[in-house]
Amino acid sequence: MAERSFAHEVKQLRIGAGEVFRGEGILAITKALLQSGVGYVAGYQGAPISHLMDVLADAQDLLAELDVHFESSASEASAAATLAASVMYPIRGAVTWKSTAGTNVASDALANLSSGGVKGGALIIIGEDYGEGSSIMQERSHAFAMKSQMWLLDPRPSLPCIVDMVEKGFQLSEASNTPVMLQVRIRSCHMHGSFVARENRRPAMTLNEASLAPRRDPARIVLPPAAYRQEHEKLEQRWPAAVAYVKAAGLNEFLGATEGDVGLIVLGGLYNNTLRALMRLGLADLYGESVLPLYVMNVAYPVIDDEVLEFCRDKKSVLVIEEGQPDYIEQAIGRLLHRHVPGCMLHGKDMLPKGGEYTVETLTEGLRGLIACAAPDLIDNAARAPNEMAITDEPKIAALARTVPARPAGFCTGCPERPIFAAMKLVEGELGPHHIASDIGCHLFSILPPFNLGATTMGYGLAPASASAFNGLGSGKPRKRTIAVMGDGGFWHNGLTSGIGNAVFNKSDDVIVIVDNYYSAATGGQDIPSSRSSPPTRSTHHPISRAIEGVGVEWVREVDHTYDVTRMRDVLREALTTRKAGPKVIVASSECMLNRQRREKPLRRKALGAGQRVVNQRFGVDEEICTGDHECIRLSGCPSLSVRPSADPLKEDPVASIDQSCVACGNCGEVADAAVLCPSFYRADTVVNAGWRERWRQRLRTRAVGVLQRWRESRRPVLG
Amino acid sequence: MKPEKKPISIAVCAMGGQGGGVLVSWIVTLAEQCGWVVQSTSVPGVAQRTGATIYYIEMVPPDPAGRTPILALMPTPGEVDIVIGAELMEGGRAMLRGLVTPERTTLIVSTHRSYAVEERISPGDGRIDPAAVHEAAAIAARSVIAFDMEAVAQQAKSVISAVMFGALAASAALPFPLSAFHDAIRRGGIGVKASIRAFDLGAARATQPVAQQPVPASPSPVPGLQQLTGHTGFDALLSRAAALPGAAHGMVDAGLRRVADFQDLAYAEVYLALVEEFAATGHEALSIEAARHIANAMAYDDIIKVADLKIRRTRFARIAGEMGARGGQPLAITEFMHPRAEEVQAILPYGLGLFLEKTGLGRRLLAPFVKTGWRVRTDRLRWFMLLFLTAELYRLRPGSLRHRREMRHRDEWLALVRAAWRLDANFAVEVLRCRRLVKGYSDTHARGLSKFDQVMKAVRKLLGHGVSGAKAATWTRFLRDAALEDAQGKALEQALARFERGAMVEGN
Repeated sequence: MAERSFAHEVKQLRIGAGEVFRGEGILAITKALLQSGVGYVAGYQGAPISHLMDVLADAQDLLAELDVHFESSASEASAAATLAASVMYPIRGAVTWKSTAGTNVASDALANLSSGGVKGGALIIIGEDYGEGSSIMQERSHAFAMKSQMWLLDPRPSLPCIVDMVEKGFQLSEASNTPVMLQVRIRSCHMHGSFVARENRRPAMTLNEASLAPRRDPARIVLPPAAYRQEHEKLEQRWPAAVAYVKAAGLNEFLGATEGDVGLIVLGGLYNNTLRALMRLGLADLYGESVLPLYVMNVAYPVIDDEVLEFCRDKKSVLVIEEGQPDYIEQAIGRLLHRHVPGCMLHGKDMLPKGGEYTVETLTEGLRGLIACAAPDLIDNAARAPNEMAITDEPKIAALARTVPARPAGFCTGCPERPIFAAMKLVEGELGPHHIASDIGCHLFSILPPFNLGATTMGYGLAPASASAFNGLGSGKPRKRTIAVMGDGGFWHNGLTSGIGNAVFNKSDDVIVIVDNYYSAATGGQDIPSSRSSPPTRSTHHPISRAIEGVGVEWVREVDHTYDVTRMRDVLREALTTRKAGPKVIVASSECMLNRQRREKPLRRKALGAGQRVVNQRFGVDEEICTGDHECIRLSGCPSLSVRPSADPLKEDPVASIDQSCVACGNCGEVADAAVLCPSFYRADTVVNAGWRERWRQRLRTRAVGVLQRWRESRRPVLG
Repeated sequence: MKPEKKPISIAVCAMGGQGGGVLVSWIVTLAEQCGWVVQSTSVPGVAQRTGATIYYIEMVPPDPAGRTPILALMPTPGEVDIVIGAELMEGGRAMLRGLVTPERTTLIVSTHRSYAVEERISPGDGRIDPAAVHEAAAIAARSVIAFDMEAVAQQAKSVISAVMFGALAASAALPFPLSAFHDAIRRGGIGVKASIRAFDLGAARATQPVAQQPVPASPSPVPGLQQLTGHTGFDALLSRAAALPGAAHGMVDAGLRRVADFQDLAYAEVYLALVEEFAATGHEALSIEAARHIANAMAYDDIIKVADLKIRRTRFARIAGEMGARGGQPLAITEFMHPRAEEVQAILPYGLGLFLEKTGLGRRLLAPFVKTGWRVRTDRLRWFMLLFLTAELYRLRPGSLRHRREMRHRDEWLALVRAAWRLDANFAVEVLRCRRLVKGYSDTHARGLSKFDQVMKAVRKLLGHGVSGAKAATWTRFLRDAALEDAQGKALEQALARFERGAMVEGN
């Protein structure tokens, strides 16, 4: 069950020819796949392509009608390997993941796939997570296309163009027997726009039909001597075929002015922002008219030499606009110009920054630089060297840098992972710091304040492996155990073998904590093998502990209510101090609160409407008892646990306070208990639609308590 | 080429979970149903979990020639027409990024604060003064709509996004009629009624004349002496306090109530006498701080006080009110209590308590009861009685181990204050203010107390070395601020090291 329901989007996937599709870029791609007659789709979720997976998971009926197979793969490697179905059969297949993280994982299968080549169109849709707001290391996926010789599309950020490029991508793949990568940047994935739809198409051949008439061709298998022949085939047949198709289909575009001394060679994905930068300089209008000629590379790889030469032949200088580093395209074009058009000056990373996202502002500065040196007459003096003071130079605005606080991401209100790290903080207080290896997932937020736990993160599911060098086997010298934390998502992705199996085999003596929140929560709450929901098309309820025991771990502790901070702390302490040899694995399980809320809220609403008994719970802080030391916040970081100015003039510091967003997970109370903090926390439960017996008992209690309270007040007046 | 047409651009600066996405979808629907071409983008990524995030929208009226506009994917400084900040500091962040400019930007910002982690985790007061953001907004934007949208949303029992949408409508920065805004909300289909209510309230609030935003000053406003209570003994003390300097009235009033509440009238009288002693100096700040901190020192936090506060009628009523529980509706209150053996034996009579503590016997005897925390159901008669009886133990308090210690501690501290006063009034004020370091329960309290004692040790040194009064005051403030910087006391350690080097060397 994903975080969001896609019922509305699924309806849009059904619309027919001529109707207008409105929605996000990534959903437009999903529709485009169906329009292209795709036979199967696989992938591994992750921003920014999670929605593609989620909407298809919710569209099982439609997929069944169209005979399209959809699979949530165990990892990007599994997804990439799925494309093998297009090697022997004329079936179109698409896979998707977050890049470059996912492409790294998939690259083994991708290299094999592209060596043997494909018969059916194979499209790899990669969500390029680069630039501001990205959650991963900053690299380009471009290199994967170059090293395996797959083609890389980078369409303009416009839904009609992206949709068109999906269809053409399949054709390019089939025309050149080569898998094709379609790169969509994060902002394009989440871009709302519209396009005119076409009819969905059934695949030319279904997978069932293929399975009934299996084919094999040893020449397509990556095994010597076929592998050597395949390398030559790539260079002598597939590459020229791809170039021919790209030219014939006009995938790259010549836009703006037809003539001019200065031209821009821009990657499709950067077109819109480049146009806006030109507009700011008075060199273009809102509708794409431009004083400068542009060569828009919707195909980032391979570079189409003829087109580049045609564009550059009459130019004095060109600027290549490609984001990130290395500057692969600039290098390729440089070689071309050097050989064929020595008179044309090449600009690129000399005008634009080597790394980082190309914002409109960055591009404007780069273009200003280009114009100033290559065509100073194009713009007036003011545009060439504006000397207005930027508003950010105003002292009062600049001073905000000292005021505005950083806003690091953190655990959601009620997150079941928070108490795990609170417990870890408590154990740290007792036993001192340990080396902690972190992993990818929500639990990574433990690296940030207020927990400040964790030293490294090496990749999805790789935390235990990343601590394996410390395992201390055979040294016999004093050492301290390391703690590796990984999520259930990372565990099923590869952690079971790379982490747990590896630790057993190498006789590790360290501690591994598996954070099991029933879903792959960080990517949007998709199901995984250990999920405790029962989706009709997946097999779930496979406990992590059984898998762990299966690979030979003897010390396993399951905590199935992570909010019990005291138990969590005790189990952690035991794992770190026990004399038992071998890896110590703790499986800490509680349901992701976002998903739980999504599951329970409608049920509650229904129960309330039906007049059934419903309990409302919330936590509170007694302001008079809170002394404002904020230790509870340092062990929690819960968004609903904040501070507010004390109404008591005797207290100078703000007191802790719990706001309306509290979901009564109990973490703050449990932490106050386990850490022996203070008695300020309480939980209040009110019952809606209570039975008469319950109400009667309440009345009786209230009366008795009231008598005592009044009697006390009569003798000790309440003054404060 | 001079571009004659520019799109209207909107940046929504919000925190994950604030409903920024909903607001954006309303704006998109609004523009689309009015026939405009609109494009929105966002980078949710990790920011979806409470981090800061920016949504960006561009819209243009349909082109008569049927051409498709090329719209940008991110806001550019100087080119944004409307900036919506879903929280005050997010508005500040937008200004810092240059998105708000005096030539074209309408800034719509909610003035409520959602404190960042760094503001919340300080052992003292880590909150950032919002005045700088208000001042910046006054010069950065073309026009500003700023009010507490969160409060309006709560009033409407809805979400802040609807209030922001209302403020956007009222700003008239978009050329669409009010009814179109309503239609956009209805199209969304979820929680329509509440959203429209919040929208209308937001729109109405936004059109009100811009009231000067109250810039919160750090100390809470202290009123004067409250009216009499009708309790003769206490009222007599209040009348006696009226003779003190007017500026200290509010604090003495609060202090008297706290101390009388804590023990009894005789105890309150002791308090008043002490405050009078310091007020007699005629120094205003000294009187106020004496009234504040002596009350805090005398009404220390022990389990008797906690039990007393937990069982009060006013507390029950407050919780019922917060939970919206009406008469007769079942209300359960569960307390999370975990006293240590130390806290329990501290309320025993001095000799017995000391014996149990010294021999370690108390810890052993009490261990089974305090090993794990207690879930106390205050609404149940049995638990209520237990707390009730604990609260009644106030009668034995004066002879308890804890009380004797607290009183000795108070007297030692006040002796230092008196000594400091002889040197310099400000020095005495600073020494008084160090009481702020003692807070919390159990380990937290012990840590605070240890910080306090370390600073007092330094104060003693300052007194012994004949440092000038002004310098002594500065050092004391410096050490106290350091002690409040972090919980572990690392900053204090460094500050003390500096003190040892600096104060002692340059000394007199």
